[in-house]
Amino acid sequence: MSVRSDAAEGARAIGPFMLGVVPFGLITGISAIDAGFGAVQTVAMSVVIFAGASQLALIELVGDSAPVAVVVVTAAVVNLRYLMYSASIAPYFRDFSPPWKWLSAYALTDQSYAVAVTEFRDDDPGIGRRRWYYLGAALSLWAVWVVSTAVGVVVGGSVPPGLSLEFAVPLTFLALLVPSLKDQLSGLVGVVAGGVAVPAAALPLDLGLVAAALTGLTVGVLVDTFTDWPADERSGEMEGDA
Amino acid sequence: MSYDATTLWGIVVAVGLITLAHRLSFVLLFGRIDDVPPRVERTLELVPAAVLAALVVPAVVALAPSGAVVAAPPKVIAAAVAAGVAWRTENVLATIAVGMGVLWLVGALV
Repeated sequence: MSVRSDAAEGARAIGPFMLGVVPFGLITGISAIDAGFGAVQTVAMSVVIFAGASQLALIELVGDSAPVAVVVVTAAVVNLRYLMYSASIAPYFRDFSPPWKWLSAYALTDQSYAVAVTEFRDDDPGIGRRRWYYLGAALSLWAVWVVSTAVGVVVGGSVPPGLSLEFAVPLTFLALLVPSLKDQLSGLVGVVAGGVAVPAAALPLDLGLVAAALTGLTVGVLVDTFTDWPADERSGEMEGDA
Repeated sequence: MSYDATTLWGIVVAVGLITLAHRLSFVLLFGRIDDVPPRVERTLELVPAAVLAALVVPAVVALAPSGAVVAAPPKVIAAAVAAGVAWRTENVLATIAVGMGVLWLVGALV
């Protein structure tokens, strides 16, 4: 198949995810301006970091005037999941040249990972299709992300404060959280991390999120190591219907 | 605002580089090490649940200095309904839309 049709197919496959990305980008743009980021800076952040959850966490901490080190460490912890995607998708990128590896890795997101791995696992396509299908999906998501952040920057000032739009941020995280809780061990980790996060919010330096996430992870690893909980059989289907 | 533009740029670049390093990690390592240790993989699979739960819960319930739990009913109800929508549909937009709708509705009634 041609480069163009492979790329177009990838873009089509990731299409349904855009419905979630657009409000996420808008909220990122709006809240970054609120927290004191410049307009250019906010759009640049979406290009340089290109990871919504960590950007929102970072923006919130900057708004709270948390210490710089805490802001950076928190965002880094939120993005630890990219290690998982990187590990899981690496076999499909192994025969790419170094520039392709860098570009493909840069464009790796929850969505492009889900779309590509589902496709590649089933079909085992050749290198050309893997490159272009993936890039078609990943870069169209990138474009929508950057543009919707920019739109958020522009409309931000005109949103009436009474709408409590800031609550859309935890709702976005909730929408990502719930599907990730579908096996027993993840459920336990989520309950522990969420439970610890409430009292941990009182920790100095805004360290609550990092402390809660690491506590949840530690409990998960200990339970996994010392008990016979069933391995989390990823029930086969990816979250492709989002 | 407590941070000047230079500091904010510094934060953006630092987080950008760390995030790129995460994304590149195994993509570049693969071939040198052929398989991700299962231990590492299992741990990484738990990261989204840990991080996202730690982001969501404190936005809905807080703890007063006295130790009492503080929760605004509109937020709790909206989050609970939105969680149900997320469970059934796994759709981000539907979750946000229903959650905000319930928040406004309950906020208007209470």
